[in-house]
Amino acid sequence: MTRRAKQSTIEESISQIEDGATVMIGGFGVPGTPFELIKELVRQGQRNLTVIKNDANEAGMGVDDLLVNGQVQRLIVTHIGLNPNAMHMMHEGGLQVEFLPQGILAERVRSGGAGLLGIVTDVGIGTEINEAKQIVDVGGVRGVIEPALRADFALIHAADADTFGNLRFAGTARNFNPLMAMAAGCTIVETERISALGTVAPEDVHLPGVFVDYIVELGDLSEAYDVVQR
Amino acid sequence: MSFSAKERMLRRVAADFEAGMVVNLGIGLPSQVIPYVPLEVAVCLHAENGIAGVGPVAKKGSENRSLIDSGGAYVTSIPGTSFFDSAVSFAIVRSGRLDLTLLGAFQVAANGDLANWRVPGKLSPGPGGAIELAQKSRRVGVVTTHLDRAGNPKIVDHCSLPITALGHVNRIYTDLAIIDVTRDGLQLVELAQGTEIEDVIAGTGAPLAIPPGRIPRF
Repeated sequence: MTRRAKQSTIEESISQIEDGATVMIGGFGVPGTPFELIKELVRQGQRNLTVIKNDANEAGMGVDDLLVNGQVQRLIVTHIGLNPNAMHMMHEGGLQVEFLPQGILAERVRSGGAGLLGIVTDVGIGTEINEAKQIVDVGGVRGVIEPALRADFALIHAADADTFGNLRFAGTARNFNPLMAMAAGCTIVETERISALGTVAPEDVHLPGVFVDYIVELGDLSEAYDVVQR
Repeated sequence: MSFSAKERMLRRVAADFEAGMVVNLGIGLPSQVIPYVPLEVAVCLHAENGIAGVGPVAKKGSENRSLIDSGGAYVTSIPGTSFFDSAVSFAIVRSGRLDLTLLGAFQVAANGDLANWRVPGKLSPGPGGAIELAQKSRRVGVVTTHLDRAGNPKIVDHCSLPITALGHVNRIYTDLAIIDVTRDGLQLVELAQGTEIEDVIAGTGAPLAIPPGRIPRF
């Protein structure tokens, strides 16, 4: 059996995404956010997207460009406090925002990638954020069911990849990336370098390439990835 | 809050750090405690975006674009630092490995309820990691100005805003006082220099027990 080459271009890989798709996007702040994949998604203009991401980046960067371009119908997120624009769009009613506790977003995505139906937790029990959730009793302790989350696509940023898609992340750029890469029907990775098999040592692989469908090489990073001057 | 009042408050918060603790510091005032932690008190700082062993803030010009703390500050690694994904990060939180979490507050109630993620119709930053941090840490401290910008008490009888976590706050540090949340309600622990007991009572929206004898100053 010959395996389809995973190396692709940004244009080709992002063109797989259709209107109405659910898209997970890695990153926590700037580190790990796949800015070039997002930029291409803005250029191609797919609409009515459900975006699942930790945060809404900041005004004028990353996911914010998708929001401003009117491509996002629903945002599943943990925190948008650094993006006044996202908070404004939420209050004006144009943008549906669903907040989750950060570790619960991580576990819902992780369980989606692990072939589970969801998790049970007592996080947020008795508070507004759990109002609509199904309550269960586990050995006398009350918890809620948090269903697994999966997506049609995951957009991932990795520091290094080999040609099979074995990934290594830098510093705090790991965050949601390996979890989301496991939880999508099609996982698209932008990476600073694609190298030959064996270049990423087996012990240093943070995400096995079995979860990766497309790899695009960025080369030198654009200014979008630079240190944010505040 | 004057500069010196803020400095005194942050120094007093830092005095509660003990060597060997694993500590998470929230965005805002809590993260400003670090410079006041004595060097001989070695704590492991956890940042929920995936660091245990957060190092000092990076010097201007030598920031690593892939290394921030959960508030977005460019930080450094130190000997012993580890990086991990968000599931591992919150496994640390939920399994009770955090000895102390310090958080900001919109409101904190006499029974230890905390509200800090949403002001309906006005401000919706979202909870981030605060729900799990407040609910699952062994000890939770709130670091806040005693009054909000409009001059209203942030320490109240019952929170009117959506709750982050029910009944988990242990201690409240403000520019005016240190207040403990006990089974019997709020108890004054220490007073800021230049602050009278009457000021604290007037600025607190819930009954405050005053212990007998001289109240320590910070």
